[in-house]
Amino acid sequence: MSADTRREKAARIRHLLDTEGENVHADATHFNQARYDATEEFGAYEDLRTEARDIKEDAIERLPELIDQVTEAVEANGGEVYLADDAADANRYIESVTDDADSLVKSKSMTTEEIDVNDALEAAGVDVHETDLGEWVLQVADETPSHIVGPSIHKSREEIAELFNERFDPDEPFETAEELTAFARDWLGERIQAADVGMTGANFVLAESGSIALVTNEGNARKCAVAPDTHIAVAGVEKLIPSIRELQPFVELIARAATGQSITQYVTTLSPPVETPTLDFDDPDTPLSEVGSESGDSTGNSDREFHLVLLDNGRSAMREDDQLRETLYCIRCGACANSCANFQHVGGHAFGGETYTGGIATGWEAGVHSQESAAEFNDLCTGCSRCVNACPVKIDIPWINEVVRDRINRGVGDGSGASDAPELDFLVEGLTPDEEPGGLTPRKRLFGNFPTLAKLGSATAPVSNWLAGTGPSRAVLERFLGIDRRRDLPEFERETLIEWFDARGGSRVAAADDDREVVLYPDVYTNHVDVERGKAAVRVLEALGVAVRIPEIASSGRAPLSQGMLATAERHAHDAYADLAEHIDAGRDLVVIEPSDLAMFAREYEKFLPEQSAERVAESSYEVLEYVYGLLENGADSRALRLGDSERVAYHSHCQQRTLGLEAHTVAVLEGRGYDVLTTETECCGMAGSFGYKQEYYELSMDVGSDLEAHFTTDDARDRTVVASGTSCCEQLDALLERPSRHPVQLLDPAREE
Amino acid sequence: MATETVATFESSLDELGVGMTHTDRERFDDVLATILDEPAVGVPLRIDGVSLDGVPVTVDPSPAELRAARTGVTPVGMAIASYGTVAIESSAAGDEPVSLFPERHVAVVREEDIVWGMDEAFARLGEEFDAGRDSVVFATGASATADMGAMIEGVHGPAEVHVVVLDS
Repeated sequence: MSADTRREKAARIRHLLDTEGENVHADATHFNQARYDATEEFGAYEDLRTEARDIKEDAIERLPELIDQVTEAVEANGGEVYLADDAADANRYIESVTDDADSLVKSKSMTTEEIDVNDALEAAGVDVHETDLGEWVLQVADETPSHIVGPSIHKSREEIAELFNERFDPDEPFETAEELTAFARDWLGERIQAADVGMTGANFVLAESGSIALVTNEGNARKCAVAPDTHIAVAGVEKLIPSIRELQPFVELIARAATGQSITQYVTTLSPPVETPTLDFDDPDTPLSEVGSESGDSTGNSDREFHLVLLDNGRSAMREDDQLRETLYCIRCGACANSCANFQHVGGHAFGGETYTGGIATGWEAGVHSQESAAEFNDLCTGCSRCVNACPVKIDIPWINEVVRDRINRGVGDGSGASDAPELDFLVEGLTPDEEPGGLTPRKRLFGNFPTLAKLGSATAPVSNWLAGTGPSRAVLERFLGIDRRRDLPEFERETLIEWFDARGGSRVAAADDDREVVLYPDVYTNHVDVERGKAAVRVLEALGVAVRIPEIASSGRAPLSQGMLATAERHAHDAYADLAEHIDAGRDLVVIEPSDLAMFAREYEKFLPEQSAERVAESSYEVLEYVYGLLENGADSRALRLGDSERVAYHSHCQQRTLGLEAHTVAVLEGRGYDVLTTETECCGMAGSFGYKQEYYELSMDVGSDLEAHFTTDDARDRTVVASGTSCCEQLDALLERPSRHPVQLLDPAREE
Repeated sequence: MATETVATFESSLDELGVGMTHTDRERFDDVLATILDEPAVGVPLRIDGVSLDGVPVTVDPSPAELRAARTGVTPVGMAIASYGTVAIESSAAGDEPVSLFPERHVAVVREEDIVWGMDEAFARLGEEFDAGRDSVVFATGASATADMGAMIEGVHGPAEVHVVVLDS
């Protein structure tokens, strides 16, 4: 990316932050909190996620069979099924069905957005009316959805009122939501009654009975399905599930995940053509029973027509692709967008491609449109992993983003078919260390190889810091590497943690046969930059009677993974495992200070290492205060740790630490030692490793951070000591606040001064 | 029928802003008459011992009557207590439009057809689909949208729902 392109991108993001950010933030954070509340009070949530995941895995595995089955069932019901290869194919078929139609009413459907059916129909002379109010606002405004579930959340009531007043010129200008809704309902109600064709999507398609299930809050989808006598449902093939029995977990999950409702107003399962009599509002006086319905006939109403358009458009190739396949399990609830700090601030017009928005959009866009479309916004996923637990079908959304990033880096799959099996490439290239492809930008190479850079930085400190800190150097870094000069760069310590530890003679607690022994992982930041938190961790562990070792261990691979350098990340994983295996065999516990490295060991290594190796690393790894918590629970004397004495603390846990469920341990340990702890609800600090350094994302990063800043400068928080578990979080907090931040283990350090 | 199920159904409906009236078959006509906002349309109730014959409800309406109606009365074959959901059928008699076009939907359900949760509901639906049933609309509260900047009820569907529970 050139300096000019970066500036343009920064300007575009700035514009969206100014114009749409506030509206998106209000709704996305509201949905997000509502999801937390709804899932917390619903005991079966986790079991149903597992069940839903299994159903989707099985359905995609058996997809060809389910397509045959649904075709047979719909035809037996009296409808037609058309399997469309791509958008053009689908539109051709739809145009043939609507040949004689003047007007068509639609309910909300992202799949019809994907094929741009409105444009195709309008070109063919059919008036198309979106009847979902949010979609209709966008149709009137000629804009695209900014959110999978709430397509117009980027627009305020005032903006909608202004738009409608201009377009419809009412006698009394619209002002309130009531007035706008009443007008829209009446205006669209007339269109529905006059329409020749109704078009819906389908949230689920039931193969056995040939049914579609529609999940809505407005009644428009029901009306579109039964008011006109011709019904077209457009659905991706991935919407197929076996039968009504498999629908249950999705009914209980989808609304909770999407908006925090326990269920939407309507969950409509129909097997069209439906038996409902046709409604001819042009013949207003004939009773319903006399309009030609063959009542009680199981093949439905013979006056009705139904067409199920099943769209492939790249999905079969996604199904064959070991990395993108998971995307097909997506039920399009938008939880990944709502839980994403970047999305909450900038919205889907930046964090989205041609059709889809939010974290999972990378998989959809790469699968149904192109890798180029995914490349437009893929960088906005920082891998913070907050979407991982939010996803009702357990899709590893950060991983999909990293895989696609890797493919973009190496130009795999650009404009080509899916036959080049790109998923295998990184496995092969993993055998040739440091061999990322030529297409990789120098900046990605820099951040991805940060561990190497840090070694050099420490070796040459303080000269390296002086050089990096000078104006001319920063200008060069910004111009050629896109590292924003407004960010402070990390300062390397001359003496690394390992050197300090060796110089003091290693552990001050002798390893006894019957005691735990710890390998403290010297992550690159702790070893080279924030050495003090490493020293504090050593003293805390020793104070609790634990013998500590700090051997040289390869970097975890987090840095290259975040840049989509999967081959390099995998090599790091192999190297780190080789360094760790002997310690694990010796029964030593691996204690990790930096949560993003812990997440590599606990979560990501399953992608890089044999299952058994990944399990061994995961089972031996602990976040440092999780480990302290365990020691205290098992009888260690907490009095060895510095007493809080009611010291008021504001704590920001780390995104990946929270995904692993490890925030509570830090809070419990601090409170146990008498600290008064306030915690944040912010999903991510906005820094996210290298993200906040990048010139085009600096302002977004600071905007995301503003949530944290606001939280930590309230009357209750203003005088609190700031602690955070992640390096990035501390860097961001230092940039946002006037008081310094530190790792919580430093509070407990018996040698802490002050 | 456990009274706990009915009580839970009532409190779920209450949270949704949906009214519920308990009645026996003898008092059904009088009770229904007080709930109706006329003009009213309906479909045959398909429940033994009650009908719409004695109440001012147009059964088998024309499109004009449907459009003018302020209340639509339908039976529902099942209700789900923990969600406050009624399960509408898509039938040749027109349950779908009658429950959808008027501002108020009055759903009539037998007490014994109120099930506790989705497990029970889907167990029943599974059997019924096996036997040839092929539609069900779970309706939970009034139609709603927040697309115009605030939550508004009554958009492309009823703004108000009332459930009549028939004692067993």
